[in-house]
Amino acid sequence: MIRFEHVGLRYGVESEVLRDISFTLTPGSFHFMTGASGAGKSSLLKLMYLAHRPSRGIITLFGRDMSRVTRAELPELRRQIGVVFQDFALLDHLSALDNVALPLRMAGATDTDTVEHCTEILRWVGLGHHLHAKPSTLSGGQQQRVAIARSVINRPRLLLADEPTGNVDDGIGMRLLYLFEELHKLGTTVVIATHNETLIRRFNHPRLHLDGGRLQVVPAAAARGG
Amino acid sequence: MALALLRRRPSDIPLARDPSGRFLVWITALMVYLAGLALAGALTVSDMARRWDSGLAGGLTVQIAPLPTSASATPMVPPPVAPLPVAPLDERVEAALTILRSAPGVKSARALTSADTARLLEPWLGPEAADPLLPMPRLIDVVTDGPVDVAGLVDRLKSAAPGATLDDHAVWLADLRSFTGAVHLAALALVALIGGAGVMSVVFSVRAGLAIHRHVVELLHLMGATDRYIARQFERHVVGLSLRGGLVGLGLAVATLVGVRHAAHGLRASLLPDLTLAVWQWAALGLVPLAAALLALLTARWTVLRTLEAMP
Repeated sequence: MIRFEHVGLRYGVESEVLRDISFTLTPGSFHFMTGASGAGKSSLLKLMYLAHRPSRGIITLFGRDMSRVTRAELPELRRQIGVVFQDFALLDHLSALDNVALPLRMAGATDTDTVEHCTEILRWVGLGHHLHAKPSTLSGGQQQRVAIARSVINRPRLLLADEPTGNVDDGIGMRLLYLFEELHKLGTTVVIATHNETLIRRFNHPRLHLDGGRLQVVPAAAARGG
Repeated sequence: MALALLRRRPSDIPLARDPSGRFLVWITALMVYLAGLALAGALTVSDMARRWDSGLAGGLTVQIAPLPTSASATPMVPPPVAPLPVAPLDERVEAALTILRSAPGVKSARALTSADTARLLEPWLGPEAADPLLPMPRLIDVVTDGPVDVAGLVDRLKSAAPGATLDDHAVWLADLRSFTGAVHLAALALVALIGGAGVMSVVFSVRAGLAIHRHVVELLHLMGATDRYIARQFERHVVGLSLRGGLVGLGLAVATLVGVRHAAHGLRASLLPDLTLAVWQWAALGLVPLAAALLALLTARWTVLRTLEAMP
């Protein structure tokens, strides 16, 4: 599914923010990504959702060597990745429903199907009464749920979330994690960057731990223990 | 509910809020207005030239000038050498008609009456052209149906009807065709310039939109949008603005043409060409805003795709 081999990333002429990263994520796996602020979690996620190309090393995604993928092939690959951005990245001029509908519309779904599916998932995340609300009128937690609904609406093969529970209370955070678990059981590969140790302990999954730009894979049993 | 949502589906990129949108509407209105007037002018000149061309081609005009005759003019002091006697104008016209009707290639020859001549000269001389004291030439309208030996005919006319000149309209027709060609070229150049200005306006507007909404475009890319998907957002926006501006420009152009036609009707003995447009010519004018919108669409697509190619 995903393989990083000796990957490094630097911005401009600065020193590397990610150094010699190597790991493999099997299809349908679930990983937490941990590390202190500035450790490189967001940079690693950006490489995984194809926002950046690495400075060195080889990334293999869905069986494709990313160094050989052309620009024209990127949209098809990106549509198989769902991303929950740390700042939600909702479009302010669109309603909650239209925000969630974006991935479906890009994939060419009909408007009728799009409206039906988006309404359903927004009801599932508890926003059935806010279908036409603009993001600016929603609370931080509600915006986060819209962002999560958008990331999973087209059943991605890989789901990446950057602090998805950062702005919600523990109850909603737990509910969102159960949603990710459901997707994981359906075969979606999930990577969640978080600082929330309670959730990490509650859901026993291996960790990708970053420290100073270097990665350590911590198995699930060790994560429970540690 | 679903139908209501479909009807109100907004653009993914908030282009409607951009100030460049208003600018593009008025620029397009101005360009369609100018292009509409240029097209109407070219069509009017074409019509006028066609009417003249069909009226002049396949014909000759013989003019017989009024010359002093022994009966009509007696000088106070006799000249040292007596001039040859000149026949009266009507006799010379009859002689010319006889020669013309017997010439090979001539289908018919008809002498215009003095009233006809006065009517032709009225735009230049006014109602005074009908004054019988004015020495007016007589004109003979000749219709040909084959090649005519113009040089031979001129010689025979001059000997039989002194004061006769023959005009085969060749110079007129050449000038007319050259003038029409020049007008068409000027109209084409004007439309090309207007189109060029329109293209530049759209390029500016689209580039501004891409710069303002760069973060949205990047987000859409990360979510899997193709360049073509993003270009379609701009195309819809630009076509909407262009159509709105184009309709305003077309309305102004039509109002101007109707106003000019109305003003031209008020002129006595007008020298202006007929400014009436046929139905198909109005329809051609109606296509100008659509052409502007199509040009805007293609320009927006090209600009967006070219700009996005440079993005990672």
